[in-house]
Amino acid sequence: MGRYVVRRLLQMIPVFIGATLLIFLMVNVMGDPVAGLCGDRECDPATAARLRHDFGLDQPVWQQYLTYMGNVFTGDFGTAFNGQPVTELMASAFPVTIRLTVVAILFEIVIGIVLGVVTGLRRGRPVDTGVLLVTLVVISVPTFVTGLLLQLLLGVEWEWIKPSVSTGARLDELIVPGLVLASVSLAYVTRLTRTSIAENTRADYVRTAVAKGLPRRRVITRHLLRNSLIPVVTFIGTDIGALMGGAIVTERIFNIHGVGYQLYQGILRQNTQTVVGFVTVLVLVFLVANLLVDLLYAVLDPRIRYV
Amino acid sequence: MSEPQPPERPEVPGERPDAQGERRHLPGERPSVSGESRAPEDGAVAATGMGGAMDLGAAEAETLEQEPREPEPAGRDERARSLWSDAWRDLRRNPVFILSALVILFLVVISLWPSLIASGNPLRCDLAKAQDGAEPGHPFGYNGQGCDVYTRTVYGARASVTVGVCATLGVALLGSVLGGLAGFFGGKWDAVLSRATDIFFAIPVVLGGLVLLSVITSSTVWPVVGFIVLLGWPQISRIARGSVITAKQHDYVQAARALGASPSRILLRHIAPNAVAPVIVVATIALGTYIALEATLSYLGVGLKPPSVSWGIDISSASPYVRNAPHALLWPSGALAVTVLAFIMLGDAVRDALDPKLR
Repeated sequence: MGRYVVRRLLQMIPVFIGATLLIFLMVNVMGDPVAGLCGDRECDPATAARLRHDFGLDQPVWQQYLTYMGNVFTGDFGTAFNGQPVTELMASAFPVTIRLTVVAILFEIVIGIVLGVVTGLRRGRPVDTGVLLVTLVVISVPTFVTGLLLQLLLGVEWEWIKPSVSTGARLDELIVPGLVLASVSLAYVTRLTRTSIAENTRADYVRTAVAKGLPRRRVITRHLLRNSLIPVVTFIGTDIGALMGGAIVTERIFNIHGVGYQLYQGILRQNTQTVVGFVTVLVLVFLVANLLVDLLYAVLDPRIRYV
Repeated sequence: MSEPQPPERPEVPGERPDAQGERRHLPGERPSVSGESRAPEDGAVAATGMGGAMDLGAAEAETLEQEPREPEPAGRDERARSLWSDAWRDLRRNPVFILSALVILFLVVISLWPSLIASGNPLRCDLAKAQDGAEPGHPFGYNGQGCDVYTRTVYGARASVTVGVCATLGVALLGSVLGGLAGFFGGKWDAVLSRATDIFFAIPVVLGGLVLLSVITSSTVWPVVGFIVLLGWPQISRIARGSVITAKQHDYVQAARALGASPSRILLRHIAPNAVAPVIVVATIALGTYIALEATLSYLGVGLKPPSVSWGIDISSASPYVRNAPHALLWPSGALAVTVLAFIMLGDAVRDALDPKLR
């Protein structure tokens, strides 16, 4: 186990460097970091050259990247377009997005698993076919369409919720945005649970449990569910990173001031520091979530041994 | 417990005595024990970067990488058929396939000749009619700028289909060539490619699109296509690699090698035809997700840009007027959803037809 963790940590290093370098290159080589500082007008050439020199942009790209990463590891993410340190933006944005992600994951766990168990135990019945069809439709409709439709229906037509979320982003305001963010993964969790349950209902240990005369509820919760949820748990784990990155669309629709909002602002205002900083943290979250899931896997399923 | 049990027939994985009632494999199903579903991935990162729909696609393809079962006794009534003609026979009778194929055919036709069903000009707008509802000759009403929603929805199909088809062709070619070569030759380049795919998987797709496309000012579809190819190929390459590795171990490949066939002949004539099925299925499903991705990027303002006509742009421009003119939002959204659904269902049907376990 220890050796496996070390190997995985070592594997993460090139991926982290590669992903951040890729983003760094996209932002720095394809865009002009100085252009954003002069607003919509062209920069005066002398000023631009001066700014370039001040920011170290006249150095080779690899040197800029090394300097940036060196600063990042000492906790210095640079300053945003309005003079605020990027770390301050992160401190205000990440709690909001984390709350949103938690709501989304709760939806995935509660609704996804319940629907998956119900359909998995009733394969071929109308409820199964119906839910499968609905999940296919949910997967097909892009998130921003789902979000806009729910906002239109619940927020504007029926006025159950406020169409946009306040700056504080309390948990109760995040219910509908969380559902939207979770929707596609929710459908996938339903399908995954259904498959896994259907697969395991024929397993020997379930037959044994039934033969022992255990009540049906206990067979399902203690024997069937526990074994069937392993792939589901791992999917939800890897989904954390994807959800945080995918929150851009949801946060834009419901006007939530989280990571996606800050990133979007950073990109609009061509602020390199904000964009690269946030993306670096997101990539790290994604990689760590993946690692934790793989370790969790060995804990949940004793048949798997890492050497 | 005292009675001696009759010896049980050893279970073949994926084929169980009571499998009769469970023959239809629906998406997301894996015939393996649950414990195997993640272990075979050797990458540092799971392939979730593309979102749920791509996961669906990847999971669908996995069941196609199976070892073929021992051949059934020769057909009772006719000569042996190939996998493809068999699949085609199945598909022709599958209503889901026929329906989604008809929808796709319709989309392709109207994206080539939109004037067949929409006589107007999508760029001609009349502000006096802004946000008006349906009227004769304009069944979908007008959007916030007074443009005819019906005409724009019809013309929007072209952008979506172009992006979807071009991006899928690019991704499938690049991904299957790289993945196929890596799987066939193995060794150092295989390891390099695996790490490279890990890097691309670690970047959330919408995020990468925002960063890369925000600096591009071109208003054609090509930057979007290029971006999708750039971030999409690792998905296909991972699938092609796995599929080639599975096919490589079969006896007919050993036989060809023993007969002295060159590596290129083995790869092209023996492995490729037997490894291409998962790639086709994932590519079909991916086509749907790429159309959704293009619309998402256009909605965020970095994909296609006006004056291009695209569903994403229309949905984005309709969202401020949603209170007064929801129809301008609903029609393009509906068209988008139906299109994506059609491609995903088509991929699903093709997968069912190609899966030898359903025979």
